[in-house]
Amino acid sequence: MSDHVHKDYTGAKFGMWLFLFTEVLLFGGLFLLYAVYLARYPQEFISAGKELNVWFGGGNTMVLLTSSLFVAISITALRRGAKRLCLGLLSGTIACAVIFMINKYFEWSAKIHHGIYPGSAHLKEMQPGEMVFFNLYYLTTGLHGLHVIIGALLLVWAMFLIKSDRVNADDFVILENAGLYWHLVDLIWIFVFPLYYLILH
Amino acid sequence: MSEVTATASNDRGFFGEGNYPGIFGWIFSTDHKRIGLLYFWSVTIFFCVGVLLGLLLRLELFAPGETIMSAQSYNATFTLHGVIMIFLFIIPGIPAAFGNMIMPIQIGARDVSFPKLNLFSWYLYITGAVLAVTSLFTGGGPPDTGWTFYVPFSAQTSTNVSLAAIAVFILGFSSILTGLNFVTTIHRLRTKGMTWMRIPLFTWSLYATAWIQILATPVIGITVALLFAERVLGTGLFDPSQGGDPIMFQHLFWIYSHPAVYIMVLPGMGVISDIIPVFSRKPAFGYKAIVVSSIAIAFAGSLVWAHHMYTSGMSDMAVMIFSFLTFIVAIPSAIKVFNWLATMYQGSILLDPPLLYALSFILLFTIGGLTGLVLGAAAADVHVHDTYFVVGHFHFVMFGGTGMAFFAAMHYWLPKIYGRMYDKTVATVAWGVIMIGFLILYISMKVVGMQGMPRRYYDYVPEFTGLNQLATVGSWILAVGLILMFVNIFRGIFKGDPVEANPWGGACLEWQIPSPPPTENFGEEDPVVTHGPYDFKKAGIL
Repeated sequence: MSDHVHKDYTGAKFGMWLFLFTEVLLFGGLFLLYAVYLARYPQEFISAGKELNVWFGGGNTMVLLTSSLFVAISITALRRGAKRLCLGLLSGTIACAVIFMINKYFEWSAKIHHGIYPGSAHLKEMQPGEMVFFNLYYLTTGLHGLHVIIGALLLVWAMFLIKSDRVNADDFVILENAGLYWHLVDLIWIFVFPLYYLILH
Repeated sequence: MSEVTATASNDRGFFGEGNYPGIFGWIFSTDHKRIGLLYFWSVTIFFCVGVLLGLLLRLELFAPGETIMSAQSYNATFTLHGVIMIFLFIIPGIPAAFGNMIMPIQIGARDVSFPKLNLFSWYLYITGAVLAVTSLFTGGGPPDTGWTFYVPFSAQTSTNVSLAAIAVFILGFSSILTGLNFVTTIHRLRTKGMTWMRIPLFTWSLYATAWIQILATPVIGITVALLFAERVLGTGLFDPSQGGDPIMFQHLFWIYSHPAVYIMVLPGMGVISDIIPVFSRKPAFGYKAIVVSSIAIAFAGSLVWAHHMYTSGMSDMAVMIFSFLTFIVAIPSAIKVFNWLATMYQGSILLDPPLLYALSFILLFTIGGLTGLVLGAAAADVHVHDTYFVVGHFHFVMFGGTGMAFFAAMHYWLPKIYGRMYDKTVATVAWGVIMIGFLILYISMKVVGMQGMPRRYYDYVPEFTGLNQLATVGSWILAVGLILMFVNIFRGIFKGDPVEANPWGGACLEWQIPSPPPTENFGEEDPVVTHGPYDFKKAGIL
C-alpha cells in the first residue's frame, strides 16, 4: 500500500496461534460430545471401540509424528540456507500426508464394507451407544482428515514460495505458520487416537 | 499534532486516492477505514431489511387470527428477522464497522495487523449474507426454525435449513477473523506512549469482544456443522432414535450464543464509555474499573450459557449454579453503569445527539438488564419462559442497548469519517420520536408477556388485542423516527457543512488528525502519546 513496508513477525505468529485456538475449540465441540456420550454409554462405547483396528490407528500416528518431525527440521534447514534439503523434507511431509489419507481410505472402506456408516441399515440395528460412537468416529476423523488435506495444501503453497525464493532464509514466517498448522493437525490426532483406538480396548 | 488540522472542503482525506478506479478502489481496498465503511453500509442495509420484516410481524399481530400472512410465512419471517438482525447486523455492527474505522486510529496505528485478511473477512460476511438470503428462495422454502435452529425440528423440517447453517458457519468464520485481527493489532501496533492503561475504552471493549469472538465462535461452527451433517448424512448425534441427545445441541448452541450476547453488547458499552466523558468534559470516572469490568464480562459471560435452558431438562443443581453465575454477570455491567453516571456527575454536560443516544442506551439497557434478572432467576423464569416478556427483554438489551449504541456511534464518528456534519436539531427530534416509539412498542410486549402471551405464534386470544395493537402503533412511530434519523444523517454526511478535526472536543487520537482522516491516518511521523484518552486538560481542550 505504501513505502512503509514493515513485517511484524511476532504479530504474524501471534495471529496464527490465535487461529489455532479456534481450531482446538472447533474440535472441542466433538470432544465434549465424546465425553458426555462416553459417560452415558460406557459399555457400548467399549464394545464398539473394539471394532476399530489399533494397527491402522497406530500406523497413522507414526506417519503423522514423522511428518511433523520433517516439518520442524525443514524450517531449521531453510533458516540455515539449505533450500534443497528443506524442499526435500517438505516433500516427505506431503508424502506422509498422502500415506495417512490412503490408510484412512482403506480403514473407512473396510468399515463401510461391513455396513457401518452414518444412516446405514446395519448401524441402525446396533445399540444406541454404538450408533453414537460410530457417528462420532466418522465425524471426528472426517473433520480431521479435512484438516490433513488443508494442512498439506498449505505446505505445498509454502513449497512454491520457497522455490521462487519469496520465502527464504530471512523471510520464512509463512513456512513457520504453515508448519504450526501442520503441528495442530498432528496434535489433534494425538488426542483422537487414544480416545477412539486405545482406551476402549 | 494539532497544527495538521484541515477542513474537509479542500482535502478529501482517504476518500481521495484509491488504488483502483471507481468501485474497485473500495471492494479491493485494504484500508481499514474503507473496509469499515463497506461494513457500515452493508450492516445498515441489512438493518433496514430487518426493520421491515419486524414491521410485517407487528402488522400480522395487529389483530387475532390471520391478518396479512399465514402461519408458515410468519414462522419464516420471524426466523429471517432474527437471523438478519443477529448475524448480519448486531454481531458485526459496531466491531466490524466502527471498530475497523476507528480502532487503529485510536491506538496510533496506520492499519490493522492483517489488512488483506480484514478485506477477506468482509467478503466472507457478504458470502454468508448472500447464502442466507438464497436459502429463502431455494430448496424447500425459507427456514422456519427461529434463529436458534433447535433440533429435532431443525433436523427434520423440509425447509432450507442446511443452506442457512452453511451461511451461519461462514459468518462465524468472518467474525473469528475480525477478532483475531483486532487482538493482534491491539497487542502489536500500539504507537509509542500508548500504554495499556492509555487505551481508549472503546478499543478496550473491542479487545474483550475480540477474545470472545475467537474463543466462542468456533463452537457454533461445529454446532451448525453437526446440524448440517445430521440433515445431509444422517449422523444422528442429536437424534434420540440413534442414541443422540437433543439437549446437547442446546448446550453447544448456547456455549457460543450466550457469549455472543456480549459480542453484541460489549462494543456498544465501549462506544458509550468513549462518548460520555467527551460530552461531560470530565475524565472517565473509574477508567480501570471499566476496563476490568469489560474483561470480567467476557469471562463470566462464558460460564452462564445454560440459563437459556432452565425448562429444557437439567438437574436442579445445574439450574441453581447457572442461575447464580448469571447474577454474577450483573455486577460488572452495573459497575459500568455507575461509572458512567459518576462521570457525568458535576460535569458540564453538552446535550448533543451522540450523548442523547448514549443516555438512551443507559436507560434502556438498565431496564433490559433488570428484567433480565427476572429471567435469570430460575423460579421466575419458569413462568415467563417463551413468552413475549422474553421478546421485550432482549429487544430492550439488544436494540435499546446495542442498537442505540450503534446510532450513538453513527452520530459521534460519521462526521469524523466523512468530514461533514448533520443537522443536530433534526437528529434530536428523531431521537425523541425513536424513544417514544421504542418504549410504546417494547413495554407493551413485556406487559402482554407477563399476562401470558407466548412468543412465536401468529395468532393470540382476543384478550391480548389491545396491547398488541398498542405495540404495533409503537412500531410505526419507531419506524418514522428511524427514517427521520437515517435521512438526516445521510443528508448530513454527503451535503452537510464541513467540520474541523475535533468537532466534539475529544482527547483521543482520532480527533487529532484531519476529518476525513488521510490515507494511513498519520503523516510522516508516528504519533507519540503523552497522556490518557480522557485527559482533556493535557490535550488542551479545557
